[in-house]
Amino acid sequence: MADSVFDLVQAQLAPSIGQASVAHGVLVLELPAAELAGVVGRLKAEFRFDMFLDVTAVDWPGQDPRFEVVYHFYSTQHHVRVRLKTRVAEADPTVDTLVPLYGSARYMERECHEMYGIVFRGNADLRPALLYEGFVGHPLRKDYPKLQEQPLVEYRK
Amino acid sequence: MAQTPIPIPIVPAERPSQAFEYLCTKKDELVGWVRKFSLFPYPFVTACCAMEFMSVSSTIYDTDRFGAALPRFTPRQSDLLMVVGTVTHKQAPVLLKVYEQMCEPKWVMAFGVCATSGGFYQNYAAVQGIDKIIPVDIYVPGCPPRPEMVIDAIMRLQDKIARSQHIILTKDF
Amino acid sequence: MTAPGGIGPAVKPAVKPFPNPVRTDFDRIRTEGRVYVNIGPSHPATHGTVQIIAELDGERVVRTDVHPGYLHRGFEKECESHTWHNLIPYVDRLNYVSALINDFAYCEAVEKLMGVEITPRCRYLRTLLSEYSRIIDHITCIAAGVMEIGAMTAFLYLMTIRDYMYEHLANLTGARVTYSYGRIGGLAADLPEGWLARLEELLVQQEEFVGRVHGLMDRNRIFIDRMRDVGVISTADAINWGFTGPILRSTGAARDLRKDTPYLAYADLDFDVPVGIKGDNYDRYYVRMREIDESVYMIRQCVDALPGGPINVDDRRCVLPPKSLVYTEIESLINHFKLIMDGPEVPVGDVYSAHEASNGELGFYLVSTGKGIPHKVHVRSPSFVHIGGVHLMLDGGQLADIIPTFGSVNMIGGECDR
Repeated sequence: MADSVFDLVQAQLAPSIGQASVAHGVLVLELPAAELAGVVGRLKAEFRFDMFLDVTAVDWPGQDPRFEVVYHFYSTQHHVRVRLKTRVAEADPTVDTLVPLYGSARYMERECHEMYGIVFRGNADLRPALLYEGFVGHPLRKDYPKLQEQPLVEYRK
Repeated sequence: MAQTPIPIPIVPAERPSQAFEYLCTKKDELVGWVRKFSLFPYPFVTACCAMEFMSVSSTIYDTDRFGAALPRFTPRQSDLLMVVGTVTHKQAPVLLKVYEQMCEPKWVMAFGVCATSGGFYQNYAAVQGIDKIIPVDIYVPGCPPRPEMVIDAIMRLQDKIARSQHIILTKDF
Repeated sequence: MTAPGGIGPAVKPAVKPFPNPVRTDFDRIRTEGRVYVNIGPSHPATHGTVQIIAELDGERVVRTDVHPGYLHRGFEKECESHTWHNLIPYVDRLNYVSALINDFAYCEAVEKLMGVEITPRCRYLRTLLSEYSRIIDHITCIAAGVMEIGAMTAFLYLMTIRDYMYEHLANLTGARVTYSYGRIGGLAADLPEGWLARLEELLVQQEEFVGRVHGLMDRNRIFIDRMRDVGVISTADAINWGFTGPILRSTGAARDLRKDTPYLAYADLDFDVPVGIKGDNYDRYYVRMREIDESVYMIRQCVDALPGGPINVDDRRCVLPPKSLVYTEIESLINHFKLIMDGPEVPVGDVYSAHEASNGELGFYLVSTGKGIPHKVHVRSPSFVHIGGVHLMLDGGQLADIIPTFGSVNMIGGECDR
């Protein structure tokens, strides 16, 4: 049953997406960043991928575009998952926000922004969720040294 | 109209009499005994050690036997700050604020390795030991420590309280 | 200013203001007549450390701003500098209340990426221990939740039975709370003598203890008044805002990954998925109590159906060779050395593998570049997503309802903040 849904999705979305494959039971679609909002809207409306699971980014330091933003969606009716991948460059790490479509996008986009620096265009609230005010830098990027602490309180002597 | 204040100096006696010394020691022992058996912990609970804290204050390993049962969730009314779990840099100002709101005498227990030395989280986020921020009286290692270790730590802290000097009246009081 | 009597004033130096680690919208939008309360990160009743800044109109909560992150320990950054095996203790400390589920979810994700198939005995044991951890998590959630509304007795009953379970698991794994028991390709050790007999004793005992809590709470007028119709969320809202697990089931949607996309041995087990009717606090409490019963039923089925055989799959890419071989053969020695020092070589690729943890869908997204060290490990933690939507349950309610509602969401700090 999963295969039929995957075939359907692939067939319908084939013109706009770059590549599609199935990896470990999950349909993976790679698409350009500009297509993102449209494809997600179609996934939600036509194919009933009603739960937005996760957004995160992967840092490929040597490559250009550097960041790969990865989305996971789940359909509570078909019980299948789909993964969307899109690449953004370091100079302009901007993707469209999914907040109008899914409420859970708010906090997850905040976390992705503070960890990697991906800017979600349209999300007005990109405050740090897990880090604190005054933290400089994006810790999960590969060039942020792991041991670099930014203490808020002075240490005792 | 303001007057210039005249501080009353408390000057130790030139040659303290042995009776005076004896009474002071006995006073310290009495106050130490009272204080050690009526500890009011403030469980500053953050992480996994909270599970062991819940176990150690429940029926099987009971802290009530040691007088340290009733947690006071306001720093103004407590005297033992138990920092249970990892303290991150985001949490550090909160910890310092709570510590400074406590009145003397106060003791701090670093519960678990994360509070003692950062645990195995050596990165940008965790404070590598709360003694970088506040003074600690007793460290309990373990990830998380068994309840028996916590009780041993409370008993050692009680020994420390019993042995220490308890200055009741000072120049500024 | 002086005090009469002449004792001088103690002049305190000006206190440096404490830096504020969070910023809220409320600073900009301040309405007249509203009170802004900070239910701070160090609070007896916010499980773990979370800050809720609530805008109140009298006793009614108008808006809340929830700030997680006070336990952000940099798990994902740690993952990029440790081998795949060395991450298992870190993974344990995500949802530290049900640590075994995290272990097994992570190990299964790595096994998927490596193409390793675990042995039948390991599958059943992992299922059994996952359900055991789920019982412990639900017990802890209910105990803490009812303690906060005043039922100390129920808390102490549940803590007692939980302590017996901890000792039992310490007999198996060596630790009480965070076990590090799962291994890539199997488990750390097999069951000791008498473990299953003691398990049956404990299951009977927990029925007694949990039965007492049922008797104290289920039809208790005060409990029902405080929890019924409080913190209501609808199914559509829940799915839109990413809620999974007992919260989604309490709204009436029978969504459970163990039934929908079975993994481990769940396809062979017979169990129901309890659902609620209204999506309020009482339903979440009752769904968790019923899930404890279902878990006990599943554990008994696993014990009956437990196959014999080895625990670890015989795959030298990820499983350490037996010590007798390591000390006698050079190949095993080198294998052991490479696995410890460099880590198992996981093929290039990425995988997303999700388990039904006690809070909902716990997913691991792993990216590997073929080395023994991951390129990226991302945890899709249910608690973090729930925190994003908990304001739907809090807004419009009373101030005193924030505590039981938040308790019923069961946000675990380690999982939420990673």
